[in-house]
Amino acid sequence: MWAFANKLASPRNFYRLAGKLTPWLGGASLILLAVGLYGGLVLAPQDYQQGDSFRIIYIHVPSAWLSMFGYAFMAVSGAIGLIWRIKLAEAIAASVAPIGASFAFLALVTGSLWGKPMWGTWWVWDARLTSTLILFFLYLGVIALNAAIEDKRNAARASAVLAIVGVVNIPIIVYSVEWWNTLHQKATISIMKMQAPSIHIDMLIPLLIMALAFQLFFFTVVLMRTRGELLDRERNSRWVQELVDGKTPATTAKANEFSVSPPTS
Amino acid sequence: MSNWAAFQALLKRDLLLYYRHRAELLNPLLFFIIVVTLFPLGISPEVRILEIIAPGVIWVAALLAAMLSLDNLFRSDFEDGSLEQMALSPHALPLLVLAKVFAHWLVTGLPLLLLAPLLGVFLFLPQEATPALLLTLLLGTPVLSLIGAIGVALTVGLRRGGMLLSLLVLPLYIPVLIFAANAVNVAAAGFPITGQLYLLGALLSLSLTLAPFATAAALRISLS
Repeated sequence: MWAFANKLASPRNFYRLAGKLTPWLGGASLILLAVGLYGGLVLAPQDYQQGDSFRIIYIHVPSAWLSMFGYAFMAVSGAIGLIWRIKLAEAIAASVAPIGASFAFLALVTGSLWGKPMWGTWWVWDARLTSTLILFFLYLGVIALNAAIEDKRNAARASAVLAIVGVVNIPIIVYSVEWWNTLHQKATISIMKMQAPSIHIDMLIPLLIMALAFQLFFFTVVLMRTRGELLDRERNSRWVQELVDGKTPATTAKANEFSVSPPTS
Repeated sequence: MSNWAAFQALLKRDLLLYYRHRAELLNPLLFFIIVVTLFPLGISPEVRILEIIAPGVIWVAALLAAMLSLDNLFRSDFEDGSLEQMALSPHALPLLVLAKVFAHWLVTGLPLLLLAPLLGVFLFLPQEATPALLLTLLLGTPVLSLIGAIGVALTVGLRRGGMLLSLLVLPLYIPVLIFAANAVNVAAAGFPITGQLYLLGALLSLSLTLAPFATAAALRISLS
């Protein structure tokens, strides 16, 4: 088991595996996206209060979820990189940061677009909007720190520390901001009241499909970016140079089987 | 040398160093005063408006002054190599970090407390709110120093870390700002503020126990 994990975590093997997985994940995400959008924009009934403008939740809610998931994912892979010094985890953490920031930005923009007809303004200093904005800033801090340190491995470790500090702080920030001001409508779906979510089932199903599609999209992009990140970080290693020289990855893999694979004990 | 003796020795050394460069210590205080003076000029000299924004303005200025003064927390030690000696010493690095942060707070955080009542007068902060302002600063500025130290430790090896430091640290300061400014506002309206003070105390104990470890880890990365 440990040997298998070790083998998977070697940049070369991950690069190949990720390359194989990407089209499948991306394809599944596209199909689910099409189904979810059709369900959300066409099949789901109108909201009795908000009319058609509620339909933006099919983008807004999944992006908000993923912006939070992305931060936790980044912190966990950063911590793994920090503790066990796994290069792959460092590369993943570095490649998740801009993706999570984009989802936070998307959540802010769609929320603002929805707020204009509903609340009458583009922006309100409401608790959840503000904490998403702060989350966005935290992402930007991690990205900036990553870019500022030249040595890639040091940069990864420094931003991992920052991400972990951020994770400790996020609950405090969220509760302090919530306590400071609350206007946003309450969470529509929560695990605590799963029996009776305050959303109609016809609206809920497309939302869950969209959430799954976004999640798969997230992983697709993470895999793609991590592959690029790995090539950049490992540019001096043999497997990357062989890849660039035009040999197919499969043959180089076979040729390197004995020299590169970690010792199994 | 025991850990405690090392703590004391480092505290004494840092205070002595700050005393020898005492002219520099005035800069954050002057910054604090000037920033607060800008607000009446930029918004309005009216008492009615100023007394409403006073707690927030004083606290935001204190936050910025605390953050800017942090820039030299590890800088000189990093440049002359004493920081590496500390990291190599047998004493717990988090404890040494705590000594440095404490010395720094004594010479930069504490003076803000002494100036704050004066700035309260500038901005027509009601008299009843002054004790609340002092209490929140007493509980809040150490939190700012402790959290800021993490950011400084992460950026100490970089040539231009100043702007980056604000990007890293300011979002983490938000809870302190919210609870402290709210406490002063509430006190100005004549209500009790025990709840906010308890929360600030909780933030202080949390950062006092966790931040030195994160700072020490960050320093080791910057030194590597």
